[in-house]
Amino acid sequence: MIETTFPTSDSGEALIRGERLWVEFGRNRVLRDVTLSVARGETVAIIGESGCGKTVLLKTLIGLLRPTRGTVWFDGQDLGKLHERELTRQRTRFGFVFQQAALFDSMTIGQNVAFPLRQHTAKEDREIRRIVLARLAEVGLPESVVPQKPAELSGGMRKRVGLARALALDPELVLYDEPTTGLDPIMGDVINELILGTRKRHPVTSIVVTHDMRTARKVADRVVMLYPLSRLRDDEPQILYDGPPDRIDTAADPRVSQFVRGEAGERLMEMRERNGS
Amino acid sequence: MATDSEIPTPAQNASAAGFLGGIGDWIINWIADLGERVIQGLCGLGNISLFAFSTFRWLFTRPPRKETIWSNFYEIGVLSLPVVALTGVFIGMVLALQSYAQFRLIGMETRLGAVVNMALVRELGPVLAATMLAGRVGSAMAAELGTMRVTEQIDALTSMGANPIHYLVVPRFLGCLLLIPALTTMADFMGVVGGYYYSVFMLNIDKHHYLYHSAQFVGWFDLFAGMFKSLFFGAAIALIGCHHGFHCDPGAEGVGRAATSAFVYSFVVILILDLLLGIGIEGFYSLLWPQGPSLI
Repeated sequence: MIETTFPTSDSGEALIRGERLWVEFGRNRVLRDVTLSVARGETVAIIGESGCGKTVLLKTLIGLLRPTRGTVWFDGQDLGKLHERELTRQRTRFGFVFQQAALFDSMTIGQNVAFPLRQHTAKEDREIRRIVLARLAEVGLPESVVPQKPAELSGGMRKRVGLARALALDPELVLYDEPTTGLDPIMGDVINELILGTRKRHPVTSIVVTHDMRTARKVADRVVMLYPLSRLRDDEPQILYDGPPDRIDTAADPRVSQFVRGEAGERLMEMRERNGS
Repeated sequence: MATDSEIPTPAQNASAAGFLGGIGDWIINWIADLGERVIQGLCGLGNISLFAFSTFRWLFTRPPRKETIWSNFYEIGVLSLPVVALTGVFIGMVLALQSYAQFRLIGMETRLGAVVNMALVRELGPVLAATMLAGRVGSAMAAELGTMRVTEQIDALTSMGANPIHYLVVPRFLGCLLLIPALTTMADFMGVVGGYYYSVFMLNIDKHHYLYHSAQFVGWFDLFAGMFKSLFFGAAIALIGCHHGFHCDPGAEGVGRAATSAFVYSFVVILILDLLLGIGIEGFYSLLWPQGPSLI
């Protein structure tokens, strides 16, 4: 069985697994032979600098992008081979929290959170309203936001609505794309606590894409670090680190510690050379 | 026999070869550029055909959601009515004004109604209604869906198991397809009213003769021809607008470009379709009435 070939999936049965994924946009290769397996109940943080392919990997894992090569297995099924209808059914088992929340701006907050429920269940309006209010309460939002439009809310509130909407259908897998980017440190920590709280309340598997080390340390069981292909030799793997968050500080690879400590290193010099100044 | 002066020196040879090589490179580059553009054009055509196919597939497999239907129908139909009516009335008047001088020269001003109304019902009504719809609704669709693409709202729809074509494109397509005949009727009607008003009240043409000749020349077939064409215009506007929105480049610039190019492409396609459908309808007309229209 392929399962046994993954050194990183030893913590239990894999719920989702990207196997030897290659993603290219025209001539631009973003992912090269990346394999990632996430066990049921595990929280994995994918870290890396901007443009290294973290979000592309996340979107490939839930079938929003098709890999050029490779397979995504979700609960034992090859997502690439599923029919539209079956893929839609499987997608109700995912919750995706987008970087900028991606709330539908033509709808109210209430309609946004109710959207997956109306799309996939035959629940009555009263029941839907009850669930919407419960989900909003879980992320600390009052009932008064229900009739408001997304544009009327702050960035932090929009992210929390995005989380409430992603959790509306009680998904098994929640994917967070840069959940704390663009937020102040306090609101960033509120989101971290909500991610932890979600895990306590619901038995979910989570993948968090972030470049915020505080988030990675606080919420993740495992940290995976991706590196941009443009800075790698052809024979080097794109995943530089795959292990527990508390050992990342002592990682042998200097590129990992450079990222963790947030040091510019040789980058400034490189940029100056490239610009000829 | 060549004299010494006629034999090219090595330096001249090299410069001639360089010049020829330069021309050769230029031709090769030109052919490569042309080839790339043709390939891009064909890919674009293939892309929009697949998009249209997917829209038709969803249209016939699952009815669109009620809440998406009404809001789009309101936006496309109700809100477009005033601008279409206004354009129609002015075009009717302008047409009367411009044709009058010509008809007066040959002493046939009373036939003005025939030409104004025929032009309106067969050509100007459908084309103007479609142009206004492309400008008001087609580019707005491209901008709205483009913003949704850029802000990941389309990805959000997909991630929640809603097909974006079914949810976003089908209701807009249906709205344009079903409401453009109504908008065309409005443009026709207001154009007829505008033409009548200008001819009878401003140019003092006899009311009875104006109406008599209009009724003589403009028949149901002309009205049908205009309506029939408008269905194709409506479908093209919705598909082009939505397609440009779905494939919008990132950023404000990308959204702006999607909106502008949606209008430009829609307008060009409307005119091309107008000619092709016009040829087809004329063919059909001569099949039904081989003796052609009566002139008297």
